[in-house]
Amino acid sequence: MKRYLLAVLMILLLVAAGAASAEDVTLEFQQWWEPELPEGSFRAILDEFEAANPGIKVETISGPYLTTKDQIIASAATGTMADVVGLDGAWVNVLWKQGALASLSQAMMDADYDDSELAAQIRLAGQTYMIPIANFIYPVFVNLDMLAEAGIEPPTTRAEFAAAAIALTDPDNNVYGWAQPLSLEQPNGIQNDTMSWLWASGGSMLDEMGQPHLAGNEALSDTLEFLKSLHDAGVVAPGSFSMKENEKVEEFVNERVAMIVNTLAHFTLIRERNPDLNFDITALPAAEGYDGPRGLPYASWGIGISSNTEHQAEAWKLIDFLTSVEGNSKLTSIANAFPGNVNATPDFITTDPLFETAFEIFQEGYLANEFTGLPAAEELMRQMAEPFQFYLEGDIEVDELLELAQAEWEDIFE
Amino acid sequence: MKRKFLPYAYLSPTLALLAALTIVPIVTVFLYSLVDNVIINQNPPVFVGLDNYAEVLTNRKFRGALSNTFYFAIVSVIAHFIIGLSFALLLNTRLIGNKTKALFRVIYILPWVFTASIIAILWRLLLNPHGVINFVLFELGITQEKLEWLSDRDLALNAVTFINIWAGYPFYMVSFLAGLQGIPDDLYEAGRVDGGNSWQLFRFITLPQLKPIIISLALLDFIWTIHQFTLIWMTTGGGPMRSTEVLSTYTYKAAFSSHEYSIASTLAMIILAICTFVGVFYVRNQRMADE
Repeated sequence: MKRYLLAVLMILLLVAAGAASAEDVTLEFQQWWEPELPEGSFRAILDEFEAANPGIKVETISGPYLTTKDQIIASAATGTMADVVGLDGAWVNVLWKQGALASLSQAMMDADYDDSELAAQIRLAGQTYMIPIANFIYPVFVNLDMLAEAGIEPPTTRAEFAAAAIALTDPDNNVYGWAQPLSLEQPNGIQNDTMSWLWASGGSMLDEMGQPHLAGNEALSDTLEFLKSLHDAGVVAPGSFSMKENEKVEEFVNERVAMIVNTLAHFTLIRERNPDLNFDITALPAAEGYDGPRGLPYASWGIGISSNTEHQAEAWKLIDFLTSVEGNSKLTSIANAFPGNVNATPDFITTDPLFETAFEIFQEGYLANEFTGLPAAEELMRQMAEPFQFYLEGDIEVDELLELAQAEWEDIFE
Repeated sequence: MKRKFLPYAYLSPTLALLAALTIVPIVTVFLYSLVDNVIINQNPPVFVGLDNYAEVLTNRKFRGALSNTFYFAIVSVIAHFIIGLSFALLLNTRLIGNKTKALFRVIYILPWVFTASIIAILWRLLLNPHGVINFVLFELGITQEKLEWLSDRDLALNAVTFINIWAGYPFYMVSFLAGLQGIPDDLYEAGRVDGGNSWQLFRFITLPQLKPIIISLALLDFIWTIHQFTLIWMTTGGGPMRSTEVLSTYTYKAAFSSHEYSIASTLAMIILAICTFVGVFYVRNQRMADE
C-alpha cells in the first residue's frame, strides 16, 4: 500500500512540476548592452521585470557590439534569432528585408499600448520595427585648459571652430585642433564626424521621399568644403584616413587633440583614462547665419522582437517595461544615456553638471541620424568615405565626389 | 561483394566529414554565385547564370583589389624567402655557439607566435604618425615630417606588405633551418675538395638541396597570403582610397557590409579558382618529389 501511495505521490509531483514549467516562459534577449554596463546592474533591472511578471524569465545573450551584430544577422538568416534583440538603427533595414523582425505597431495595438511617451520609433513601410530606448548624443568635447591657454571660448559657429582649431594647433608639439576618423574598416566617421556637421545646421542628405540627395546638395557641399578647409589648414590630427573612433578618443584623452565630436557614452571612459583632463561639451557648431534647432547626431540602443518568437506577448511585456517611465529611467541612469521615454528622467542629469549641459543641448536640439533605418547603412558610409578621401587629397572636386557617392548610394537603395 | 564494399565502409567517416565540411559548403557557395540574391532576400532566388561573374570581372574595384592582392602576395613571398633563408643560414652557422643560436632562434621566431589581430594592433601603434617608427626616423634625420604610413595611399600597401613579411618570415626560417640541417656534410666537403668557394657551395649545393622545400613553401605561402584578411582589415580596412583593398577585404565588404551574398559568393569562387590553380602546381611538385 505504501509503495502505491509513494508512486501516486511521485506522479503528482511530476505532473505539478510539468505544469509549473509549462507556465514559465523564458525569453532570450540578445544585446551588447550588458557588458557595457556596471556589472550586475542590467540583470538587476531584468530581475525587477521578472518579479513584476511572474512566469516570464529573461535569459540574456550578451557580447560585444560587433559580435552581437554578426550573430543577430546570421541567426536571422537561419530563423533562430533570439526572442528579443538589441538593435542598432543601421541593422534594422537588413533584418526587416529578411522578415526577421516582428511589427511592433501590431504588438502595440494588440497590447492597447499608448505610444505617445516614446521619443522615437524606427518605421519601415509604415510599421514600427525598432524602439530606441537609450540615446547617446554626439556633442563636441573641448579641452578647457587648452582653450583657456589660447584665450578662446568654445566655438558656436563653423568660422569660430576653424579659428579655434587653427589657434590650438601646434604640430611641433604634436597638438592639433580637431580629429576626423575616416577609417574604411569602421566608416562611422562619416556619420559622427562628417554628416553631423550638416545635420547641426538643419541640413539633410535625403530628399522628401527618403532617397539619397547628395549630388547638387548645396548645404552638403558647403559642409564638405568647410571640412576640407580644416584638413588643408593642417589642423586635423594626422592619420585621419585610417583612424578609428577609439583612436580619436585616445588623442583627446592624451591632450593631443583639443576638440572632437564624441558620444556621451565615453564620459566615464575619458574620466577614467585621464582624471585630470579639464573638459566640457558644447553643441556642434552651425553654419554662419543658421539659428534654427540643431540636429544632434546620436546612436541608440534600440529594441525589437523576432518574427519567429512564440512568445510575442511576453516579449512585448519586456519592451513595455524597458520603455516605461520607471524602467527606462533606471536603464538610462546606469547607461548615462538620454531616455527613450520622454517622461523618464535619468538621475545623472541632476548629479553631474556635464550631463546637465548635455541635457540642455539635447532639449534645445533634435535627434538627427539619417543613417538609421537606411539599407546597408555601414556600406553607405563607406561609399561616402572613399570618394571623400579622394576629395580631401585634392584628386576630385566636391561636385564629383557627391555625384560618385550619389551613384553608389542609388545602387544600394535599389 | 562484402569485401568489395569494406574499404569504402572504412573510408566513410572521412568521406562524410569531407563532404560536410568541404564539398557541401563549396557547392552551396557556387550555387549562390549563380543566383541574383540569397539569404537576406525573402523572394525565391532567380537563376542568373554567369551574370554575377561578368559583373565582378568587369568591375574596376575588383580589378584594383586583384592587382593589390597579387602585389601583396608576390612581394610577401619573395621577401619571406630571402629573409627566411638568410636567418636560417645565420642560425645554421658554426661560427656562433649553441646558446647564442638558441637565443636568436627565440628572438627570430617571435613574430610567428603572435596572432594576426595582435600584430595589427602592435603595428598600428608603431606606425602611428606619433608612433615609435616616426620618432626614430625623425631623430635619425631620415625624415623631417610625420609619415602617415597607414593613411597615405602611396605608403599604405607597402606598409601592410611589410607587416605581413614581418609576421610570416619565421615559418620559412624554421623550415629552411630543418632543410639545411638535413644536407649531408659530405656534399660540402666534396665541394671544397673541388675548389668551390662559399658562394659556389651555396649556389650548387645548398639551393638545389632546398629546392623541394622552397617550391612547397612558396606555393603554400602564396595561397595563405591571398587569404590574408585580418591583418589588412584591422590595419587599413582596405583604405585609404582603396589602396590596400585586396580580394579578401573586398569579399568581406560585399557579404557583411553590402549584404550582397551572391556577389560575395562569386568573389569567393574566383579566389578558390586562383588558389586551386596554384594548388595544382603544389600537388604536382609534391608528386614529383615523391617519385
